[in-house]
Amino acid sequence: MTSYAYRKFKDKLFFVLSLGCVIIAVLPLTSILFEVIARGASQLSIRFITQAESAGGIGQAIQGTLILIGLTGLMGIPLGVMSGIYLAEYGNNKYAASMRMFNDVLTEFPSIVVGITVTLVVVLTLGYYSPLAGAIALSFMLIPLVARTTEESLKLVPNSIREASLALGVPRWRTIVSVVLPDAKSGLLTGILLAVARIAGETAPLITTIVGSPYFFQGFNQWMDALPLRIFRDATQPDPKVQAQGWGAALILILIVLSLNIGVRLASRGRLRR
Amino acid sequence: MNPRLSGDNLFRILAATLTASAAVILAVTGYTLFKGSLPVLQRFGLYFFTGTQWNPVLGKEIFGALPYLLGTLVTSGIALLIGVPLSLGIAIFLAEMAPRTVRVPISYLVELLAAVPSIIYGLWGLFVFRFWILDYIEAPLSTYLGWVPMFSGTPFGLDVLTAGIILAIMITPTVSSVSREVIQAVPNSIREGAYSIGATKWEVIRNWVLSYGRSGLFGAVILGLGRAVGETMAVTMLIGNTSGAAAIPTSLFKGSQTMSSLIASGFMEATPGSLEYSAYIGVGLLLLLLSLSINAIAQVMVTRVLKVKGGAVE
Repeated sequence: MTSYAYRKFKDKLFFVLSLGCVIIAVLPLTSILFEVIARGASQLSIRFITQAESAGGIGQAIQGTLILIGLTGLMGIPLGVMSGIYLAEYGNNKYAASMRMFNDVLTEFPSIVVGITVTLVVVLTLGYYSPLAGAIALSFMLIPLVARTTEESLKLVPNSIREASLALGVPRWRTIVSVVLPDAKSGLLTGILLAVARIAGETAPLITTIVGSPYFFQGFNQWMDALPLRIFRDATQPDPKVQAQGWGAALILILIVLSLNIGVRLASRGRLRR
Repeated sequence: MNPRLSGDNLFRILAATLTASAAVILAVTGYTLFKGSLPVLQRFGLYFFTGTQWNPVLGKEIFGALPYLLGTLVTSGIALLIGVPLSLGIAIFLAEMAPRTVRVPISYLVELLAAVPSIIYGLWGLFVFRFWILDYIEAPLSTYLGWVPMFSGTPFGLDVLTAGIILAIMITPTVSSVSREVIQAVPNSIREGAYSIGATKWEVIRNWVLSYGRSGLFGAVILGLGRAVGETMAVTMLIGNTSGAAAIPTSLFKGSQTMSSLIASGFMEATPGSLEYSAYIGVGLLLLLLSLSINAIAQVMVTRVLKVKGGAVE
């Protein structure tokens, strides 16, 4: 038998160990943020964020990322939301259960596989690399994320609200569109923005679809740039000046991603406390 | 009005159709990759899975994907070896041990780790982290344990070990947050029973909570494995990108290549329609199959446990 003192000691020891795990995990985050800010901040200037690569800026990459976010949202959000509505509101059957499973599987898809699939299906069919192909690849990743978050936030809407609306003779679809969705609005918005933040930093599917470019948007049949691609290109160059631009691009990307993330969570905090 | 064409039915049918988009994407992916890899599979057959040579030179083409499969398995294995204990520690701390006031901020910090894009991990890994690994782990190991085959070779920082550790960091938020949910889903009556017979907090966690949730925790680990297997950019930048037999991960201090990093670094160099192109697609298919089977296992295990939460508790 082990003594009580030993058992108490072991209890304390594992408290310290688990606290240690948290500290070890937070360390990389601290270092990443510190390095990105320290090395990226010196690059920042109006010129850096508005000019193209030839003028020493990353303007075309920022523009590309914004175009991609816009196009991806246009394709992925409606599809994802409709999927989520079906799963939450009509989802009590075998068909929905299997669709939910496919959705979950797609969430964990290797992004590079999505990239080559879109290259084979879209790029080879069109005959050219296109911003559209990049957006399609990203929306493949956005759809399952949005579908899941939509399903979860619609399920939080109390049934009494649906019943009240149905009792007034409102058709079910009108109930969903004008009563359930507005009630779930803030949760829905939070989830969608988090999903967008997650795909905004995706790199792998872009390599094989929009390739990267030193120029501003040239048209839907031309190569385009994006922040993650620019970081990848700059980081693998030997010239320290170019590498520094990569850190600058990383700062902008992390600002976009984290401000979406933190902003959304701060905004939704009050709501969750309700 | 025809009741079949009422707004309700139309809406339901529309939503049901669009819900299939995930399934359609999966089907298209599977079909496209299978069709695209047929030339290389027909030409090399089993060699594609067991061979180690990789030569795209016209007329001398030979493609074996085994080194990259091993590269993926070894780096993901390292990621689990380091990431899982770390994540379990975090999950236990956040679910059972931490004072209530710090739970939310700390879990939020850990989740932020998941929000950092892969490419930023790659950049940080390439310019900062690999030197930590090189100076504080690899150099001492190589000096004192260099005779062990696992630690042979001159450490350079761009190798299997660095890639594995960066993967460990990247899967930690996933594994820890799912584990935490699993731990929180363990009914309180279990804890109360254990406390009532005089167990300390750690004993309650170890002997009751963790064992009650073990299938869910296993699911969390498998989910982390799935993440590690599919992760591309950070690994591509840190693994040293060797090819052919040189990519077989025989030592931790050796450059290698995973399936995803091979595709990311080579696919765009290949000519569409060539045998080399088909070989990359074949590797993609292999990666897809591996990731699908891993995730299918994880889904089953995690949902089985988390469903208990709704039913059995109270």
